Amino acid sequence: MSALLPLATLASSLLTAGVIFMLPEQAARARTALNLVAAMTKLVLVMWMARGLIAGQVYAVEFPVAEGLAFVLRVDALGLTFAGLSSLLWLFTTIYAIGYLENSPNRRRFFGFFSLCVASTLGISLAGNLFTLLIFYELLTLSTYPLVAHRGTPQALVAATVYLRYTLSAGLVLMVGMVALQVLAGDLRFGQREILAHLGEAYHPLLIGLFWLLILGFGVKAALVPLHGWLPRAMVAPAPVSALLHAVAVVKAGAFGILRLVYDVYGIGFSAALGVLDGLVAIACVTIVYGSIRALTQEELKPRLAFSTVSQVAYIVLGIGLFGPLGTIAALAHLLHQGLMKVTLFFCAGNYAEELGIHRIDELDGVGRRMPLSSLAFTVGALGMIGLPPVVGFVTKWTLGMGAMQAEQPWVLAVLVFSTLLNAAYFLPILNRLWFRPGPAHGVGTWPCERAPSRLETSAWLLLPALATALLSLLAGMLAGLPFSPLQWATWVVNQTYLALLI
Amino acid sequence: MNPTPLHLLWLLCAPLALGLLAWVRPPRHSGLVLLLALPLPLVALWLALGLEAGPMAGRLGLGPLVLHWRLDGLAALLWLLTHLLLLASALYAVGYARATVLDARAYAWLWPLLGGLALGLGLIWIAADLLLLYAGLELMGLCAVGMMLLPGSIEALSAGLRYLLYALVGSLAWLLGIALLLGAWSRLDLAGLAALAQPDAVTQIALALLTSGLLLKAAIFPLHSWLAPVHGSAWTPVSALHGALVVKASFFILLTLWRVLLPEAIAGAWTLGALGSLAVLWGGVQAWRAAGLKQLVAWSTVGQLGYLMLAFPLLAGTSANIATLAWQGTWLQLAGHALAKAAMFMAVGNLLLSTGKNQLEGLTGTSRRLPLSLLTFGLAAVTLMGLPPSAGFTAKWLLLQAALAAGQWPWVLVLVLGTLLTAIYIFRVLRCSFVEDAPEPMLCTLPLGMDLIAFTLALAAIALGLAAGWPLSLLGQTVVP
Repeated sequence: MSALLPLATLASSLLTAGVIFMLPEQAARARTALNLVAAMTKLVLVMWMARGLIAGQVYAVEFPVAEGLAFVLRVDALGLTFAGLSSLLWLFTTIYAIGYLENSPNRRRFFGFFSLCVASTLGISLAGNLFTLLIFYELLTLSTYPLVAHRGTPQALVAATVYLRYTLSAGLVLMVGMVALQVLAGDLRFGQREILAHLGEAYHPLLIGLFWLLILGFGVKAALVPLHGWLPRAMVAPAPVSALLHAVAVVKAGAFGILRLVYDVYGIGFSAALGVLDGLVAIACVTIVYGSIRALTQEELKPRLAFSTVSQVAYIVLGIGLFGPLGTIAALAHLLHQGLMKVTLFFCAGNYAEELGIHRIDELDGVGRRMPLSSLAFTVGALGMIGLPPVVGFVTKWTLGMGAMQAEQPWVLAVLVFSTLLNAAYFLPILNRLWFRPGPAHGVGTWPCERAPSRLETSAWLLLPALATALLSLLAGMLAGLPFSPLQWATWVVNQTYLALLI
Repeated sequence: MNPTPLHLLWLLCAPLALGLLAWVRPPRHSGLVLLLALPLPLVALWLALGLEAGPMAGRLGLGPLVLHWRLDGLAALLWLLTHLLLLASALYAVGYARATVLDARAYAWLWPLLGGLALGLGLIWIAADLLLLYAGLELMGLCAVGMMLLPGSIEALSAGLRYLLYALVGSLAWLLGIALLLGAWSRLDLAGLAALAQPDAVTQIALALLTSGLLLKAAIFPLHSWLAPVHGSAWTPVSALHGALVVKASFFILLTLWRVLLPEAIAGAWTLGALGSLAVLWGGVQAWRAAGLKQLVAWSTVGQLGYLMLAFPLLAGTSANIATLAWQGTWLQLAGHALAKAAMFMAVGNLLLSTGKNQLEGLTGTSRRLPLSLLTFGLAAVTLMGLPPSAGFTAKWLLLQAALAAGQWPWVLVLVLGTLLTAIYIFRVLRCSFVEDAPEPMLCTLPLGMDLIAFTLALAAIALGLAAGWPLSLLGQTVVP
C-alpha cells in the first residue's frame, strides 16, 4: 500500500498553482516551463499508478477529519480513467492556453486557477468517499469561476455569476444529500455497495429520494436538461477554458459523480432494483435530443458546440442507465472519447477566432483553404461526433446500441439514430462551409479580423494540440481493439470491478 | 514538566504586563515589546497539550469570596486561538500605525487595552463561577469599548458610546440574573449550580435575564444594531479582534450557562435557534445590501454568529451522538470564523488603505494590482461561505449531520440559505475586482507584512478544515462543568 503516489500526483498541480501565484506577472517563461513540466509530471505519475493498479498495487491515503469522517484518497480503476483523461487533456490544454493567452493581461491569475482547477479534477477522480469527493467538487467550482470571469467584460461577469448560481446551489444540494447518506450509513467508502442495499426495504423510498437529490446536484455540472443553462452562457470564456469546461473538467466531473453514485455508492444492481436507472435513461434521452435540437438553431460556432456538449455528455448518463456490462463500457469509453473529440473542436474554434476573428458559422466559408490543418482536425472531431467510423464516436454509439439491446430497451436505438441525424444536420453544414464554399481565401469578401500571417496557418502552440487530439481520436477509434485503447481500458475496468459484483 | 496553576496565572497576566510596558515606552518601541509576546501562543499550545491527562481545576479564596476556575480542552483551545489572534492583530497594528496617520497618544493606549482584553478573555475561558465570568466579561467589554473609541472621530465616538450604553445595559441584566441565582441557590460556582439548580421559575427568569444581557453583547439578532456602525469607524486591527473574539466570548458564556442551568429546556433552546436563524438571514440580506466593504464584513459577522446559535436546539435533549456532532461543529465553526473574520477584516483594511475607497466599486482592477489582499479576502470568504476545504465546511458538514440525524429540518434550511446568502454577498465583492475597463486607480503600497499576517490567518482557517482531527479530539465530548 503506497500513500505517496496519489499525494504526489495531487501535489504536482496544487504546488504548481501555489508557485504560479507567487511568480510575478512578467515571468512568462518561467510560468510556461513550470506549467509544462507539471503537466508532464502529472501524466507520468498517473500512468505509473495505472501500471501499478494493473499489477495489483493499492494506492491509498486517509486521515480522520472528525469522528466518523475521513479524508480518503484511493486509486481505483474508475477513478484512474478520469484522472488519465484529465491529465492527458490538461497537457494539451496547457500548451494551447499558453499560445492562446500570449501577451494578454492577468496570465498569472489565469494559470494559477487553471492549475487549481486541474488539481480539483484529479482530487475528484482519486476521492475515496463522498466527503472527499465533495471537497474537490466544490473546489472545482471555485477555481473555474475566475476562469470564466477572466475577461472581465460585462458578459463574462454575467456568465460567471450564472455559472456560480447553478453550481453553488447544486453543491449545497449535494452536500445535504451526502450528509443524509452519512447519517444513514456512516462514512461510506466507494465500493462498499452492500451497505445501502442491506439497510432494508423500509429505507427504499428514502434512498430513492436521496438518489434523485444527488443526481440533481451532479446533474448541474453534467449539464443534464433542464439544469444545463449555465453551459452555453459560459461560452464567453477564453477558448482553453471552454475546452476545460466541456471536455476535461467540469461536465466530466458531473458525469463522473453520477458514475460514482450509481456504481460505487448504490451499486448498479441495487440501483436497478430501486428502479432509478429507467429514470436516468429517460433524462439522458431527453437531454440528447434537446441538446441536439438547440445546437441546430445556434448561429455562432461556440454555442453550437456547447449545446452539442449538452447532448454528448448525456450519452455517458445513457450508458450508465442501460443496465448491463455493455452500457457501462459505453459510458466509460465515452467519458474518454467525448473528451478527445470535444477538446479538438474547441481548439479549432479557438483557432478560427484567434486567427481570423471568426465567431459565426456563416463566416466560415472557405476557411479550409486558409487553415487546412485546423479544418482537418475540426473535420475529424465533427465526424466523430456524428458517429462515423473510424473516429471514436462510432465506437461509442455502436457499444451504446449494443448496450441498449442487452438492457432490452430497443427504443433507445431510435433515439440514437435520431440524435445521429441531428448531429449530422448541425455539423455537416459547417464542414460544407469549411471545404466547399468559396470565401475570403478564394477572393470573396474578407475575414472579420485577420491576424498577420505566420509561417504555419496559425501559431504552433495553437495548431499542434488540435492536431494531436484529432489524431488521438482517430487512432482511438481505429485501434479500438488494441490494449490500452479507451474501449479496451473501459472493458478492463468493467471486467475488473463491476461484473464480479453484478452476479 | 506539567502545567501548573502558576503557569496559568502567568499566561493570564503576561499580555497585560506587556501592554503596560508598551504604553510607557515610546511608540517606536512597541514592535520590540511585541517580540516578547511572540512565545505566548506557544505557551498556550503547551498548556493545551498538557491537558491530555484531564482538565485542571481549582479554587481561589479571597477572604469570604471563593473563585472557581477550570481549564479543560475547550478552554485551552480557545485560549490558544485568542493568543494567536491577539498576536496577529498586534503585529498588524504596528504596520497599520506606520501606513496610516494615527494619533500618537491614542495609538499608545491601544496596547494596555489589548492587554486588558487578553486578560478578560482568558478569565472568561477558564472561569467556573458566575462572579469570575462577570469580571472577565466586564473587563473585556470595557477594553473593547475603549479600543473602539481610540480613533476619536465623531462617528467613532458616537458608535462607541452607543456600544458602551448597550454593554452597560447588558451588564445590568447580567447582575440582576446573578443576584436572583445567588438568592435562590446561594452559590455561584457552575458545578454547584449544575448539581443544585432546578428548572423552576426563578432559574428561568434569572437565565432569561442573563441571556438577554449576553445576546446584547454578542450582537445576536435582534440586538445586533450596534455592531455595524462600531466596525465602520474602528481601526482595522480592533475590528478584527472584536469580530473574531469579543462577540464569541459572550456566545461562549451563553452556551455554558444554558448547559449548566437548563440543559433540557427544549422550547428555550429552539427560541435561541430561531433567533440564530433570523440572524443568519437578516445578516446575510444586510451584507448583500451594504454599500461599503467594512459594513459588509460587519454584517456578515451578524449572520455568521447565527450559525453558532443552532447549537442550542441541537444540544438540548438530543442523543449523545448528535450532541457530540453539534458540539464539535459549533466550536469548529467558531474557530474557523474567528480566523477567517480576522483575516477578512485585515484584507479589507488593506484594500481600503491601498485604494482609498470604501465602496465596492473601488475594487476594480485590484485583482491585478493587489492580488495578495484580494486572494486573502477570497480565502477567508471560502471559510465564511462554508465551502471546502475549510473549517467552515467541515463545521457545516457536522452541523448538517447533527440536524439531519436529529430530524430538526428547519436548521438544514437555515444552513443552506445562509450559505447561499453568504455566497451572494461575497461574490458581489469579488465580481467588482474582475472589472477591467474601469480607469486604473491610484494605489498606495502597504508593507508586505500586513498582507502576510492576514494571509496566514486565512490559510489557517482553510487548513483547520482538514486538520480538525487534533483539536476536535481535545475538545472531547459535550461536558457540563
